[in-house]
Amino acid sequence: MEILEKIAEHLEQGDAERVLDLTRRALSEKLPPKTVLDDGLIAGMQVVGEKFKLHEIFLPDVLLAAKAMYAGMDVLKPHLEAGESSGLGKVVIGSVQGDLHDIGKNLVAIMLKGAGFEVIDLGHDVSPERFAETAEKEGASVVGMSALLTTTMANMKKTVDLLKSKGLGGRVAVIVGGAPVSEEFAREIGATAYAFDASSAVDRVKSLVRAGGAG
Amino acid sequence: MTILERVLAGEILVADGAMGTMLMERGLPAGAPPESINRDRPDLLEEIARLYREAGADMVQTNTFGASPLKLALFGLENETETINRAAVRAARLGAVGAYVAGSCGPTGRLLEPYGDTDPGLVAEGFRRQIAALAAEGVDMIIVETMTDVHEACLAVRAAKEIAPDLPVAATMTFDPTPKGYFTIMGVSVPEAAGKLAEAGAEIVGSNCGNGTEKMIAIARDFRAATRLPLLFQANAGIPESSSGALVYPETPGFFGRQAEGLFDAGASIVGGCCGSTPAHIAALRRTADARRRNA
Repeated sequence: MEILEKIAEHLEQGDAERVLDLTRRALSEKLPPKTVLDDGLIAGMQVVGEKFKLHEIFLPDVLLAAKAMYAGMDVLKPHLEAGESSGLGKVVIGSVQGDLHDIGKNLVAIMLKGAGFEVIDLGHDVSPERFAETAEKEGASVVGMSALLTTTMANMKKTVDLLKSKGLGGRVAVIVGGAPVSEEFAREIGATAYAFDASSAVDRVKSLVRAGGAG
Repeated sequence: MTILERVLAGEILVADGAMGTMLMERGLPAGAPPESINRDRPDLLEEIARLYREAGADMVQTNTFGASPLKLALFGLENETETINRAAVRAARLGAVGAYVAGSCGPTGRLLEPYGDTDPGLVAEGFRRQIAALAAEGVDMIIVETMTDVHEACLAVRAAKEIAPDLPVAATMTFDPTPKGYFTIMGVSVPEAAGKLAEAGAEIVGSNCGNGTEKMIAIARDFRAATRLPLLFQANAGIPESSSGALVYPETPGFFGRQAEGLFDAGASIVGGCCGSTPAHIAALRRTADARRRNA
């Protein structure tokens, strides 16, 4: 199991090359791909997430670790079975229509992938229709929306309403975040949850998925 | 006298306040690039500059925060870099008669290699192009602002010094409180920011956005401990709170103006406002600055 610890360790250091090599080696040593994913890559990202939350490391360290994680994931993907690759569940994520800020949203996407979710990142300036249609088509259990502008926040409610009108209100949970967004705002627009930052977004999404949809 | 000569001579000056909210009040649709207004409605920029000048601002900033070609490319406007930057300078000059006009350069929104995917050379080239346009239209200084990555900030500062070596350059970054002090989200501390920005050629350093006045005073003290350069601070009017659906910045003009005492006490040479500040906030700053001047 030593190799898994090494994968996690090099991932934390953002050493994509070593993570890639070690992931290949783990597979050639016949370790189950799912174990390599969970106890190597995801375990490493978990530590990265914790350290980021405690301000022990900053965004560049997280981005480098994520690059290392993706390098390992690319090796593992062909070897994972269908159910295993979508991991804990599917999350559709994006910055809302009119909003071009996406560093925060990207960070949440990285952390969710790092926690074992399959993330469908729609990028920025995403319309309510695209959020809802993608969630429906992909069978996502969570839609995550980010807004940095007070003026674009209103588009979050449109997505919530659209999901409800498509009859997905009970199956798809909606989590919102971004600088001007608050718990109170989330409640007002009928979102399922609010997350203050990337780490709490992962915790909230995990509990939403465990609870099985929008509840 | 240049703005730099005045602050080096010990004068305290007032900068302007928020632009984005003023534009939205005047009908800029959400999500529209705030810089397209430079080309389409320069009269609005002129009006905003006039309001800030009348409120007492010694320096107003151009509406070019997102007018580097890399950022404009998000809207397919990169070919209009020159038009958009030059129009903003003209409008600020016409509106704020007698004030210094500072050419604003904000982050490109790209993450630099190796942690991101953008070649720093491309970012530098973009800043050079933007700053060349601002300088050609006659700005009095360049202000590199709201930066979180000190490498990107230094690319902009160096670009300014290359393109327009005679223009004073100010550079401000946005910090968050952490248990170990203030850091940008990219992990830059106040001493690191002050040191690297100075090394790149910035003559005025400081912080804008991200915090209300109280935390900004703490940041100002950290800057003063880290550098002897003149300091510039532009706090938000607090952190927005939701009030029955609408977003409200909690710091009133009166409070904001009184808090400027703390910023000047900490060693600030120039104080202005960022998100949520209005001409009324700037007028309050003006009163604080004038009172200090009389008592000096």
